[in-house]
Amino acid sequence: MKTTTLAAIGLATTIATTATAEDIKIGLLLPYSGVYAALGNEIDAGFALGLEQFGGETDATFEIVREDTEVKPPVALGKAKKLILQENVDVIAGIVSSGVLGAIRDMVHGAGVPLIVANAGNDEATGADCSPFITRMSFSNGQVNRPMGTWMYEQGVRKVYTLAPDYAAGRQMIEAFEATFTAAGGEIVGQDFTPFQKTQDFGPYLTQAKSSGADAVYVFYAGGEAISFVKQYDSFGLKAELPLYGSGFLTSSLYVNAQGPAAEGVIAASHYVPTIENDANAVFVDGFTAKIGRAPSEFAVQGYDAARALIEATKAGATDRASLATALRQVTFDGPRGTLSIDPATNNIVQPIYTYETVASADGLTQKILAQLPSEADPANGCVMDPVSN
Amino acid sequence: MTTDLGFWTLQALNALQLSMLLFLLSVGLTVIFGLMHFVNLAHGALYALGAYFAASFAAIWGYWAAFLLAPVAVAGVGVLLYSGFIQRMRKSGPMAQVLVTFGLIFVLLDLTRIVWGDLPLAIEVPAMLGGRLAFLGVEYPTYRLFIIVLGLVVLAGLAFVLGRTQIGAMIRAGVDNDEMAACLGINVERLFFCVFCVGCALAGLAGAVAAPLLSVSPDMGLQILIPTLIVIVIGGLGSLKGAVAGSLIYGFVQTFGAVLAPQLSSVLIYALLAAVLVIKPVGLFPAKG
Repeated sequence: MKTTTLAAIGLATTIATTATAEDIKIGLLLPYSGVYAALGNEIDAGFALGLEQFGGETDATFEIVREDTEVKPPVALGKAKKLILQENVDVIAGIVSSGVLGAIRDMVHGAGVPLIVANAGNDEATGADCSPFITRMSFSNGQVNRPMGTWMYEQGVRKVYTLAPDYAAGRQMIEAFEATFTAAGGEIVGQDFTPFQKTQDFGPYLTQAKSSGADAVYVFYAGGEAISFVKQYDSFGLKAELPLYGSGFLTSSLYVNAQGPAAEGVIAASHYVPTIENDANAVFVDGFTAKIGRAPSEFAVQGYDAARALIEATKAGATDRASLATALRQVTFDGPRGTLSIDPATNNIVQPIYTYETVASADGLTQKILAQLPSEADPANGCVMDPVSN
Repeated sequence: MTTDLGFWTLQALNALQLSMLLFLLSVGLTVIFGLMHFVNLAHGALYALGAYFAASFAAIWGYWAAFLLAPVAVAGVGVLLYSGFIQRMRKSGPMAQVLVTFGLIFVLLDLTRIVWGDLPLAIEVPAMLGGRLAFLGVEYPTYRLFIIVLGLVVLAGLAFVLGRTQIGAMIRAGVDNDEMAACLGINVERLFFCVFCVGCALAGLAGAVAAPLLSVSPDMGLQILIPTLIVIVIGGLGSLKGAVAGSLIYGFVQTFGAVLAPQLSSVLIYALLAAVLVIKPVGLFPAKG
């Protein structure tokens, strides 16, 4: 035990002394097993592609250490400690689950290690729990859903029934939608939060929604629940009389093919779909498709942009933990999602939101963009942070 | 809350459909337990395997082939499990059995991940069962009706075999007193083996039937395990009647709980479970009086 500890300390010091100013060590903290393994692998693939495509723009070299969170907060905390103390990483990227983010927040904040969040959308992470060391390149739960309330009202929808899984993200997504939808003059005629990861059969809730007198249904579901939900919604024949709207994860390109024809006509809001038309996205989609064999999802772009943000930070001259944290807060670039920037007040990403309809095409289901809603910075939500100082 | 009769008819159908799916799973588990005194927690993992086999077979030969072959394939896995672990674990007490089969859940879960990947799969409902049927003033998805009918057919078949045939009498004798049954010349071990395989096949069938309705994901076996255990604890271990009653109670409490008291819906069934355990610890219809 003693020798291994000594060896670890020895290793850590060697790394610390041999690391040149331009060698950036990245700890990639993602779920490679457990329920979110698919997302972890998707983000990893995007991150690797980002380093590959943009790595040449900077003098810095990158080394990646991968750790598996297993989607378990205590495990993730141990792995974060290992990355920070033993591996001595300059920056951590990743984090799919908001529970994991909550568990490691104080650790990275206290150690002063910059963390680039590549998924976890909890509003609090860039709200009351914000930290100058935590920069989010993915989305916040509120951000994705907020513009949809106003937009749906503009499309003539007046009465909505909402459904989401009963956990923090589900509630935050629906609350953000509800706030703008009712502010615009719409009415929520009914609402259900289904037991998270315990609901396989949505029949009872769908029957409830059908008899509620709503014009449309707005939901947030992701992964396996999203597949079951969309298929069951269609099997009850609700799509024709009660259009289905949702947060973009509902018909994510990652699993829309598993939903099949049931997903046709579903309208959702997302920060990314692979059919966005701009040059950066064309490069991204081509590169990803060549490597993985299918179009990238919003999770892949989050990993890709996290890598890109890191490269932009090193281009601005950042070399260590403190300077990377400062530089990451000022990152801005045109990526596959459009123009991205970090709001220095909260360290959350500012990005456009796209509403899209899932439509059938010659090569399977694809996303038809209906509107690009303007970028909006999240409200500070109780975030108090020192302004960026160089 | 609505007073529309159609609404309640639909919800009753939803409840019945969930009950029948759970029945297919729990009947195998409960009879294995009743007959062999063996706690097979990996039963849920076999259900997930059934769904994955069905997804693979459906991609090659279409849904009906998957429907027939998935239970056979899962029974095959059952044979392997039986000869590899369960036969040796028969006399080693419930704690060791629980630990081994609990470990098997995670082994099988990771195997499905390695073989089929992390992304959820899906099967299309066969064209014949697509769409909806109108009756009793409501429209209900045909595939869900198919699940209800299938559950009832399996129930009738099992009731006939267990109640009216010689093999059923032997199984009942084995459940009642396996030593006495062995003394009477029944090959109890072989009987156990057959029952185990049939139980596995039924789990596979449940998986194949659930696949087009739900998504096929690695953790589906874990998700269904708790409801299945609740069904057999409420219904009483080892009895067909118990599995039916438990499934119906679970299906109706879950469905109408979600409708009438959504805030309580996830607690309701556990409260009922606790009540049954306090008032009648052996369950409502135990195999042995």
